[in-house]
Amino acid sequence: MKLNERSVAHYATCDSPADHTGFLRKRVERHHHHGTSYQRRWFVLKGNLLFYFEERESREPMGLVVLEGCTVELCEAAEEFAFAIRFDDAGARAYVLVADGQAAMEAWVKALSRASFDYMRLVVRELEKQLEEACKSLAACRKSPRRSSSSGRKRHLSNPALQPLQEKPTTLENGYSTWSSGGCVAGGATSPDHDGGQTKPPPLPPRRRSAASSAIGSPAPGLSPAMLESPVPPETVCFSKLHNWYGQEIAVLRREWQERQKRGHP
Amino acid sequence: MRYNERELLSLARQPAEKAAEIRMSVPKKGSVLKKRLVKLVVNFLFYFRTDEAEVGIGPLAGVWEQQQLCQDLPGAFSLSLAGFIEEPERKYCFECATEEQCQEWVEALRRASYEFLRRSLIFYRNEIQKMTGKDPLEQYGISEEARFQLGAHRQ
Repeated sequence: MKLNERSVAHYATCDSPADHTGFLRKRVERHHHHGTSYQRRWFVLKGNLLFYFEERESREPMGLVVLEGCTVELCEAAEEFAFAIRFDDAGARAYVLVADGQAAMEAWVKALSRASFDYMRLVVRELEKQLEEACKSLAACRKSPRRSSSSGRKRHLSNPALQPLQEKPTTLENGYSTWSSGGCVAGGATSPDHDGGQTKPPPLPPRRRSAASSAIGSPAPGLSPAMLESPVPPETVCFSKLHNWYGQEIAVLRREWQERQKRGHP
Repeated sequence: MRYNERELLSLARQPAEKAAEIRMSVPKKGSVLKKRLVKLVVNFLFYFRTDEAEVGIGPLAGVWEQQQLCQDLPGAFSLSLAGFIEEPERKYCFECATEEQCQEWVEALRRASYEFLRRSLIFYRNEIQKMTGKDPLEQYGISEEARFQLGAHRQ
């Protein structure tokens, strides 16, 4: 099978941010030798492609592992901190890799087991459904009369099915206008959450940087950099019900996912 | 560059997002349009030779960015090879039976990029967070992954 090696190699070394990088020792598969040996290589994960370079400074990758249809598991090798990438095909070889320590190994196993296009697609579909459900629930809530909130509060909801609110229309920093008494507008507009005196929800936890990773998430192109988080203030009875309902579902899903993680599935 | 060819072959045989017989040419000098079975599987584009007993497989660049894909004429689109800036004519050309078929392929290829998936994920995450105040990625244990952050403005 031919692969456009030059283009793929170009992708490996171009500016696009990597999802995970680091040194790993890779088991060398030699059929005519006894015993196993390992070679230290520089690994770069981009999307569902795992590249490895002879040296960190090498300008071209030595090899590529396409991460579709594989599982990543800890393995019982003589080496500590070893894990393997195994493919569904019974006759296929496994890639045995050894990390520098426990934290590095865990970070790699996590990153690799969630790297496949299939997995990403699964998560996106799931989020699509969740957004739909959240919109529906909120729309259902809106049908019943609400307590009025403080004027001057800016808020954004992207569901076109929502009833218009009684609040003053506001213009937003990035030029998008959402609320007007005539109706509501769907779309990607956001607003900073201005507190009219009521308590704000707690801020989101700070981003944790993993020691082994030098990956930096770049701002997604197409999304306005002025977008800020604006959690919906929980001032309605309806909303706190939604919160509880959501929380229960998430607790169940989290348990299921944690169990699956333990079994080594992505 | 070594790669896991066996797995790529296996991937090529899997159910495709899109598959059709299309006339296409490869980025080689003197290449002419030939009918090939073109198959899109995840973010890989494969083509198979159909006129030979032995099926040959040649995947196109496994990754492409939107700027490499362009719709040239109403019924045709092309995929430029990355890493060949000095040779802009290095591209795969596809001639579809109808304009509609062409547009379907362009749209399918647009959605087949890993970057598109990543942006979609970030978008949905942000929307859900705004609506419900909760991070939907927490249940998956991936909320802290760098690849899903919304850039510098993330708290």
